[in-house]
Amino acid sequence: MNTAVIEIRDLNTSFGDAVVHRDVSLTVRRGEIFALVGGSGCGKSTMLREIIMLQPPVSGSIRVFGSEVIGLSDEQALPFRRRWGVMFERGALFSSLTVTENVAMVIREHTGLEAALAGEIAALKIALAGLPPDAGQKYPSELSGGMRKRAALARALALDPELLLLDEPTAGLDPLSAAGIDELVRHLRDALGLTIMMVTHDLDLLWRVADRVAVLGEGRILGEGTMQELARSDDALIREYFHGPRGRGALEQAWNRK
Amino acid sequence: MFNAPITPLSTASLPAADISPGATTRELRCSGEWLLPSAAQIEARIDATLKAMPPDGDELLIDAQAITALDTSGAWLLHRTRHELELGGHVVRFTGLRPEFEALLRLIATRTASAATAPPPVSGFLQRIGGNAWESLRGALGLLSFLGASAAALLRALAYPRRIRWRSILYNLQTTGVAALPITGLLAFLLGIVIAYQGAEQLSRVGANIYIADLVGLSMVRELSPLITAIIIAGRSGSAYAAQIGTMKVTEEVDALRTIGIGPLDLLVLPKVIALVIALPLLTVYTDIMGVLGGMVMARAQLDVGYTTFIDRLGDAVSLTSFLIGVGKAPVFAVIIALVGCYQGFQVNGSAESVGQQTTRSVVQSIFLVILVDALFSIAFSWLDI
Repeated sequence: MNTAVIEIRDLNTSFGDAVVHRDVSLTVRRGEIFALVGGSGCGKSTMLREIIMLQPPVSGSIRVFGSEVIGLSDEQALPFRRRWGVMFERGALFSSLTVTENVAMVIREHTGLEAALAGEIAALKIALAGLPPDAGQKYPSELSGGMRKRAALARALALDPELLLLDEPTAGLDPLSAAGIDELVRHLRDALGLTIMMVTHDLDLLWRVADRVAVLGEGRILGEGTMQELARSDDALIREYFHGPRGRGALEQAWNRK
Repeated sequence: MFNAPITPLSTASLPAADISPGATTRELRCSGEWLLPSAAQIEARIDATLKAMPPDGDELLIDAQAITALDTSGAWLLHRTRHELELGGHVVRFTGLRPEFEALLRLIATRTASAATAPPPVSGFLQRIGGNAWESLRGALGLLSFLGASAAALLRALAYPRRIRWRSILYNLQTTGVAALPITGLLAFLLGIVIAYQGAEQLSRVGANIYIADLVGLSMVRELSPLITAIIIAGRSGSAYAAQIGTMKVTEEVDALRTIGIGPLDLLVLPKVIALVIALPLLTVYTDIMGVLGGMVMARAQLDVGYTTFIDRLGDAVSLTSFLIGVGKAPVFAVIIALVGCYQGFQVNGSAESVGQQTTRSVVQSIFLVILVDALFSIAFSWLDI
């Protein structure tokens, strides 16, 4: 269980003069739920975009499934893209397709399945993501924010990925929907054996599902470990993050549950 | 499943996933990797196997020991097979399924009480005709009521001139007027050349060279220059209006404006209409000049009519009325272009495709309406003998 799925070494990123990552290294292991946290604009989403090859870093190495992904051509990147699923912060569903078509499109693009079977499998993914069956025929603009997130998750699961990358899976959701997503993420990992890497601000989500957490700040990793370990950290920024008014609430809740 | 090397998803290299009748008629054997890439193949095998099954039989054993890999798609096919068999009156039991696969199968079973999707209703021929007719009618009525709402907004704005957004008007004047000068000028110049070139041959045959000034001057100033300018602006700015407002609708910016207490008509439509009503006549005068210049150059090259002679004749040929008729049509065209563009923008309903559709529609409709209104003007003027 200890093989690395994502291995980042000495990653450097900058936009103009602004340095986002300074020699950042981290490892995501197989089968774990790994969370990347940090203040707004600290480069969490940028790192995610670098892993999924939407944006090249200045220097460093990113290995996914044991192979380097930086500098690959589109053709070389294709096998990687089939093995991971990405859920974007705002869903990024194709607005002119229904939810089922959004999911089935991915399946049909990569396997030569008949429309009927692809539709059935798409309906299954939609059900797995926790949407009611009638949601499949709706267009993204007809869905609520929480349902859109779930639909985006269904599309990310389309090809049975080994690695799921989630950008802010609970941002903008009501507590009930967010709790649903918590459960879903854990469920998916347990049932499908996924490795999940997520970027989030949601402290409750961190306490409930994350196996390991890395805190990004000032261009480097401020701390890495389980939530319990991080909550005991001495680093001023981490303390501020986890022991601010909201952090304390989530912490107490986590204690009460135990 | 988890340690597979990076290989493209293709069925060629996969070990066959299979389902086949077992030792007795009460048994089915499954084997291989039940994964998404081989889903089509598995489905075909399932169909063949189930067809060969005797219809009776109560208890049925599915031996799944030889399944080496299972993902959600494979689990779905297993689940579906069981479901179909149960509908056929069998009692289905799995044996030898690995615990993790069994958990996956249970998850699928609980999540999909009914994952079957009803196909969307197909509408009949008559229904489509009716639907389209109703859509067109609704579109026309909508445009009319939009015209009314904009006029009301304009009246309100005139009552409180401080509410008019001058800065926005100036910005629109810049983007739709000044920025359009090069393209409209060039096209009008070329149009002048074309008309003069076509006329030159006919006129020189009857020795009426000097009438080239009448031909170019009248046709450009009275008809062609307002029309070509309006068409270019409809393509250039009308589409931009539709796309801008449409995108703002998709991102809920229009709703945000309403909640802040700013009327979308006041901020998005009126400045565009006012700016275009000012800009289009000015552009038309400019294209008049460029078109006549084009004709003049051609007249000298082909017919030896000098610049001074041409301009002298132009003064007699083109009356002030003709000029005013040409320029006077421009504000009407401007209102059509701006309103159709904005109206179509507001008709966008949330998808990227719809932005494209309404933008296309705005250009087609505004050009259609401009030419239609131009024809109506010609008929009216000929009745009035102007």
